[in-house]
Amino acid sequence: MRNTFINTLCDLAEKHDDIFLLCGDLGYSVLEPFAARYPDRFLNAGIAEQNMTQVAAGLAREGYNVFTYSIGNFPTLRAMEQVRYDVCYHAANVKVVAVGAGYAYGPQGVSHHTTEDIAMLRALPGMTVCAPADAGEARAAALFMANHVGPGYVRLNKSGEPVLHDASRPVKMAPGEFVPVKDGQGTLVLATGAIVTPMLIELRDNSLDWALWSAPFIGGYNRETLVSMSHRFQRIVTVEEHQLSGGFGSSIIEALSDLYATGVLRQMPKVERIGVPNTFISTSGTQEYLRQVAGLTLANVSR
Amino acid sequence: MTSTPAYAKQLRQRVLELCSRKRTSHIGGAFSVADILAVLYAEILDITADEPDAPGRDRLFFSKGHACTALYAMLELRGFFKGYDLLEQFTENGTYFTSHVNHNLPGVELSTGSLGHALGVSCGSALAGKRRRQPWSVFSILSDGELDEGSNWEAILFAAHHKLDNLVAVIDYNKIQSFGAVSEIMNLEPLADKFKAFNWEVEEVDGHALPALQDVFMRFKESRNGRPKCVIAHTVKGKGVSFMENDLAWHYRSPSEADVLKAISELEAV
Repeated sequence: MRNTFINTLCDLAEKHDDIFLLCGDLGYSVLEPFAARYPDRFLNAGIAEQNMTQVAAGLAREGYNVFTYSIGNFPTLRAMEQVRYDVCYHAANVKVVAVGAGYAYGPQGVSHHTTEDIAMLRALPGMTVCAPADAGEARAAALFMANHVGPGYVRLNKSGEPVLHDASRPVKMAPGEFVPVKDGQGTLVLATGAIVTPMLIELRDNSLDWALWSAPFIGGYNRETLVSMSHRFQRIVTVEEHQLSGGFGSSIIEALSDLYATGVLRQMPKVERIGVPNTFISTSGTQEYLRQVAGLTLANVSR
Repeated sequence: MTSTPAYAKQLRQRVLELCSRKRTSHIGGAFSVADILAVLYAEILDITADEPDAPGRDRLFFSKGHACTALYAMLELRGFFKGYDLLEQFTENGTYFTSHVNHNLPGVELSTGSLGHALGVSCGSALAGKRRRQPWSVFSILSDGELDEGSNWEAILFAAHHKLDNLVAVIDYNKIQSFGAVSEIMNLEPLADKFKAFNWEVEEVDGHALPALQDVFMRFKESRNGRPKCVIAHTVKGKGVSFMENDLAWHYRSPSEADVLKAISELEAV
């Protein structure tokens, strides 16, 4: 999905001649085509993410549509205050792109585990948070961000994810909305990011008649969508490759609770959250292995 | 056209009024940067109050956002705040006159207050100017204390590597930071040598000598020699009021009525 996102951005940059790509000295074998096609709109800012983000804000105020690119925690948490103050407060047209969501860089250790970013980025006013589930969603995310004016965050897995959606047509997705993946009864599994596909496999392997939706955008949910979802399903199981505190599941509970408290919803659906139980995993392991260690499986949901 | 010395004098008088009437801090750092601002706004920057966002303007980023009274007073003197009443509105509920500079006001390029931000953003602006072959210049005014921030040194490396010769950083080197002397908290010396070693063109100047400031700013603004420029302006915290000079207390204290009377007479005598 990383390559799809960057290749799509590369094609979009032909027509969108304001797109500027900054990288934090990462992107070997991925960013070269962009750099070769648009040398005037590419720059390696070095291993200095605070400055990269500040430079992005500076370029944006001069009219560029800037994308910063690095691994997981580096363009986000490492430069968090720059993202807050220089980008979000100034409503700068800067898109932060992080590769290696969750445990995508599993064996590389906790430095490379991206498991708190959703909580932190979604707290920022004006930030649009996007976590594509597969290459199709990544392509749609690139298209969305190229046209979106203002701060954005794209949380990409890495590579080799199975295709989730019908690859023959573009994925329709928009902030506030979910993308149905599988029909079902009673329980809705609402997942975000690359972990949506393993959830589909689990549902099929266990012949569970639950529905599955993908949530490519986090926060700012459409009220009608939440209401009809709550009427249709008795239980919602949120799934994310991210800490439980403040993450995607929290965002769903907050939104539902707000509707319940104001009387828009007459009944709160049960919400069970699958996520990293607020812990670091110090041991090495593949993405699949670490997901199991963290308990990111439907086996933990009551049947 | 107001003369530069007159600007400097009026600027300090306004800062004194703002800090005393609204009981705000940082008069010392506002006075140390006053002459730098007066020279830039009177003689160097190509800007117009009628069109604060004119694409071809010179950009000035004011990184030491806590010394906002100096920038606000300067912008007011240059006519940017028509329709505003700075003295009435400063720090009042619902106004944009926060006591760290606010980009929602005309003429303010960037909100600052968190230190170590503006130089990096200046680099982004300067890079855009270079890539699009624009003639305008970027000035960035930093405090000495904020050079403790690592983000500044990332930007200092970046500016030289990318040959941002349209960028002039001005260090208001008043030798006192929030909790004491710069030399005791985090020594910057040899500061000029550091910038030189980072491949910047550096000049040291008396930050209160108006003709010397005018001379170096003009030369640096016009020079496109592949190197970013740094003016290390040796200044005095609280400059212009004898009992405020070189005294850490005026990083925080706001002047009493008696202080104001004494200060007014000293500023008037210049």
